[in-house]
Amino acid sequence: MTSYNTVNITRQDEIAPGFYLLSFKSPFLVHQAQPGQFVYLRCDNTYDPLLPRPFSIAMVDGEKNEVAILYQVVGRGTALLAQKKELDRFTVLGPLGRGFTLPPSGRLFRPKGGPKRIEPLESFPPSFLRIAVVAGGVGIAPLFFLLQRLKDLPDLTIEVLIGARSIKQLLLGPEVKSLSPQNKLHLATDDGSYGFHGPVTEILATLLKADKMDLVYACGPEAMLKTVAGLLTKYNVPGEISLEKQMGCGVGACLSCVCKTKGDKENSFLYRRVCKEGPVFPVQEIIWEE
Amino acid sequence: MVDLTVEIAGLKLKNPVIAASGTFGFGQEYAPYVDLNRLGAITVKGLTLLPRPGNPPPRLAETPAGILNAIGLQNPGVDYFAASILPYLNQFEVPVIVNIAGETVEEYAALAAKLSELNNIAALEVNISCPNVKKGGLQFGGDPAAAAEVTLAVKNNTCLPVIVKLSPNVTRIETVARAVAQAGADALSLINTILGMAIDLKERRPILGNIFGGLSGPAVKPVALRAVWQVFEEVSLPIIGMGGIFTAQDALEFIMAGAKAVAVGTANFVNPRATIDILEGIENYLRENKIKRLSDLVGAAHCKQ
Ligand SMILES: Cc1cc2nc3c(=O)[nH]c(=O)nc-3n(C[C@H](O)[C@H](O)[C@H](O)COP(=O)(O)OP(=O)(O)OC[C@H]3O[C@@H](n4cnc5c(N)ncnc54)[C@H](O)[C@@H]3O)c2cc1C
Ligand SMILES: Cc1cc2nc3c(=O)[nH]c(=O)nc-3n(C[C@H](O)[C@H](O)[C@H](O)COP(=O)(O)O)c2cc1C
Ligand code: FES
Repeated sequence: MTSYNTVNITRQDEIAPGFYLLSFKSPFLVHQAQPGQFVYLRCDNTYDPLLPRPFSIAMVDGEKNEVAILYQVVGRGTALLAQKKELDRFTVLGPLGRGFTLPPSGRLFRPKGGPKRIEPLESFPPSFLRIAVVAGGVGIAPLFFLLQRLKDLPDLTIEVLIGARSIKQLLLGPEVKSLSPQNKLHLATDDGSYGFHGPVTEILATLLKADKMDLVYACGPEAMLKTVAGLLTKYNVPGEISLEKQMGCGVGACLSCVCKTKGDKENSFLYRRVCKEGPVFPVQEIIWEE
Repeated sequence: MVDLTVEIAGLKLKNPVIAASGTFGFGQEYAPYVDLNRLGAITVKGLTLLPRPGNPPPRLAETPAGILNAIGLQNPGVDYFAASILPYLNQFEVPVIVNIAGETVEEYAALAAKLSELNNIAALEVNISCPNVKKGGLQFGGDPAAAAEVTLAVKNNTCLPVIVKLSPNVTRIETVARAVAQAGADALSLINTILGMAIDLKERRPILGNIFGGLSGPAVKPVALRAVWQVFEEVSLPIIGMGGIFTAQDALEFIMAGAKAVAVGTANFVNPRATIDILEGIENYLRENKIKRLSDLVGAAHCKQ
């Protein structure tokens, strides 16, 4: 279920320099959205910029009937959005795309009829499924909503790894911590201004090396996701990642947003739509360029 | 009640608003937002004889008041369409126009023959104007003789109405229009996208994987409108006008320039209900201006030069 609606902004805060958390009322999205899904929204009613912009659903508040997105100002669309105030209105299309596969009661599964998402780990007891959630910068957005949902599942241990350029861009650390006692937080900065000095993927490498992970979820810059994919292949751990591509329609009609994925036959490939088959893909399915 | 019905090459549409090829998928994708039965017609994504993977990404770039696309005709092929997509579309009453593309004249002919055996296809739209494929496409649309040859081959292999979709990437679009009219085309669609490009300053390279792409959206509207005007003056075939139609006002301009119907493309990306909003806007305009029949407005601007 998806819909196209005009919504009211209930709150917008600059939570770090250049990063905004924007909440709006939408009982529909609150009920329909799954972690990893996104909304396609028009930053303003202009012909230039023309297209809506995609943003992951970052938070869902069932009590207030509100949904929030977390975004970084990187260009004209996001700059226009940052000027919006409480009570301003905009149109939202969503929820769109396919989100993360949640492990039901701590067990990895293969959805009925659908393509392979995560391999079942028969050898692993259904208790204490060990999950790593890896975020680079604003990539924490879909993962925070995922953590909101994982919170209610039993028998998980969750390592949350958040990396950023420097301490100023580290997002939602305290919120992750207070979300659930089962979240163990690891922070990393490229410049060493806080936490581990270096890429967040090095923390993941250490955890994987110690054989501590059963399943990994990741979102962040493409270079980071590529490293995550390499690590997961090396240690043979399943994972899902959320990808970004320039979109046109957002609903699967125009074939603009494709990424290269493995095809049915060996060495074959398929262009799959990030807005429809994604934005979340099993990590093994992606074919990385260069 | 205002009369919005349109007749194009024997094909009766209940209103003039058509979803443009390549921007509306196969209809399914927009069914959650639009009652497909309210549309005049749906033109599906360009089909080829065999499946095509399409161009390497990036495939889309936003430009001032427009977008450049270089999809490269990614599609599942005509057989998959017939087996798995057409049955879905047949649940609706909306006329389905099938857009076809080929690398050779024979391919167009074979596509036309195959599609003509299927039920419930309202018309063929022959895409001789795709700027994003190496072979075919513009190679036909840019040359009046080649355009006529494709038109004739399609006509000889189908009894469906044949709409030929023209490219604006030519010096004189009227010449191509006249050539395909003489070859037996029943109607014309204009325009397809305008060849363009964009460069990524940071990377110092073209943004699109294909280097060039087709420009669409509000930026192309004046060019498209001019093309409709010129072709209306020289050729008597019915015209489906398109290119940057975002509002009912835009659509009415095309109708007054000579289009019998209009197709809405890029606007769907900005507002998934654009087709319906435009339809309702046209209806309101007719009512407010006490015009009984939409057909009375077709080409109206030509009488007042
Ligand atoms: C499925 C999906 C989910 C997304 N979720 C989020 C989210 O939750 N939060 C968020 O902040 N963003 C998210 N994005 C990215 C977001 O859509 C873009 O940042 C946004 O469209 C940029 O619009 P703009 O008009 O501000 O920039 P544009 O004017 O379009 O681009 C300006 C410049 O910024 C560069 N740029 C574009 N995108 C990015 C980027 N992601 N990072 C760095 N530079 C970029 C461009 O190359 C260009 O040079 C998501 C993208 C996708 C596909
Ligand atoms: C993403 C995209 C894909 C398209 N694919 C096709 C196609 O397969 N066949 C075709 O004849 N035209 C195709 N077109 C052209 C449109 O049908 C239309 O002629 C053009 O976009 C101008 O109209 P607009 O400005 O309303 O989009 C495509 C356009 C876009 C934007
Ligand atoms: S954005 Fe159109 S298919 Fe994904």
